[in-house]
Amino acid sequence: MKIQVLGPGCINCTTLETRTRAALKAAAVEATIEKVSDYAEIARLGVMKTPGLVIDGRVVVSGRVPSVDEIRGFLGR
Amino acid sequence: VIHDFATWLVRDVLGLSIEARWGAALHFFVYDTLKIMFLLAAMTLAMGALNSYMPVERVRAVLASRRWFGLDHFVAALFGALTPFCSCSSIPLFIGFVRGGIPLGVTFSFLITSPLVNEAAVAVFAGTFGWKVTGIYTGAGIAVGTLLGFVLGRFRLERLVEPWVFEVPAIASDGSGDRRSFRQRVPSIVGEAWATARKVAPYVVVGIAVGAAMHGFVPTGAFEGALERDNPLAVPMAVAVGVPLYANATGVIPIVEQLVAKGIPIGTALAFMMAVVGLSIPEGVLLRRVLRPRLVAIYFGSVALAIVALGYVFNALLT
Repeated sequence: MKIQVLGPGCINCTTLETRTRAALKAAAVEATIEKVSDYAEIARLGVMKTPGLVIDGRVVVSGRVPSVDEIRGFLGR
Repeated sequence: VIHDFATWLVRDVLGLSIEARWGAALHFFVYDTLKIMFLLAAMTLAMGALNSYMPVERVRAVLASRRWFGLDHFVAALFGALTPFCSCSSIPLFIGFVRGGIPLGVTFSFLITSPLVNEAAVAVFAGTFGWKVTGIYTGAGIAVGTLLGFVLGRFRLERLVEPWVFEVPAIASDGSGDRRSFRQRVPSIVGEAWATARKVAPYVVVGIAVGAAMHGFVPTGAFEGALERDNPLAVPMAVAVGVPLYANATGVIPIVEQLVAKGIPIGTALAFMMAVVGLSIPEGVLLRRVLRPRLVAIYFGSVALAIVALGYVFNALLT
């Protein structure tokens, strides 16, 4: 599983990354986390409002920080 | 109710006279802090709920459909006022709008209004200046965004946008993918509102504290000399000082309110506020990534000019 955390590095983006790691740990899922801070790349993925969470190329959340439980839901466990 | 509570706390619990300097300052601080925090909470919650159902993707879909019969700029400015976004999102938003088929001028209407009229500033504004001035401020912000977007759209400014922007593939998400029920949305709405309020609150409290000290200790009319309305350069000076100030500038609103109470004309004060929240150096640095330097200069210059003009108009009409 490939997870991308989109955002230029504001507080929201770091919170999202922390929560994603927590969700992965809780769900015992192995995944690579990539931080995407390049604006062109963020726009290319179709996200207009950061932070954004992309799992295997699909945007699951943008413009808000989901809870750990919600991220677990996205992981499919 | 809040006023009575503040009076009770200062006079009965602390035993200070609210007519005395310390009592007056403390009363002002307690009353304003409670009132503004209440408004801030209400405002961020309301906007959070609205935006949960009306994400930027849907705003884009509505604007891109172009069924607004010439009112596109106004509708874009209105959405800009209702959609909070941190300046860190302005680049992906700009690209998303332009590549989503929204004309550059309409995109500017949104981009100009969005920071100018944001929920935190409006809440603090309402708590310090009252609803009438807040309404005027909000209306003026939307008018500035509408007009400037319209004017900027008349010039062929697309050539001043960095070419790579047009190479980003167009994506047509309309934001309808979020099918959570209202109950499922509540935690994230409250969480976002809390985050926003917590970010702004310390600055606002400091601002109120300074305002309270001025309320108690600075004599009325003390500032009439420095920035009085007979000084024709007062408005541009206020804007020049306001532009570089940034971020949780909402904290300066209570201070500005006291400046007005002590003799600075309201138009000069409003122009200062607009310059503080509407334009900032970090925003300029970010916009530079997608706009050529000339267009960044045009953008900042025209917004600053519009704010100066508004300052003069308000000084003429409101005082």
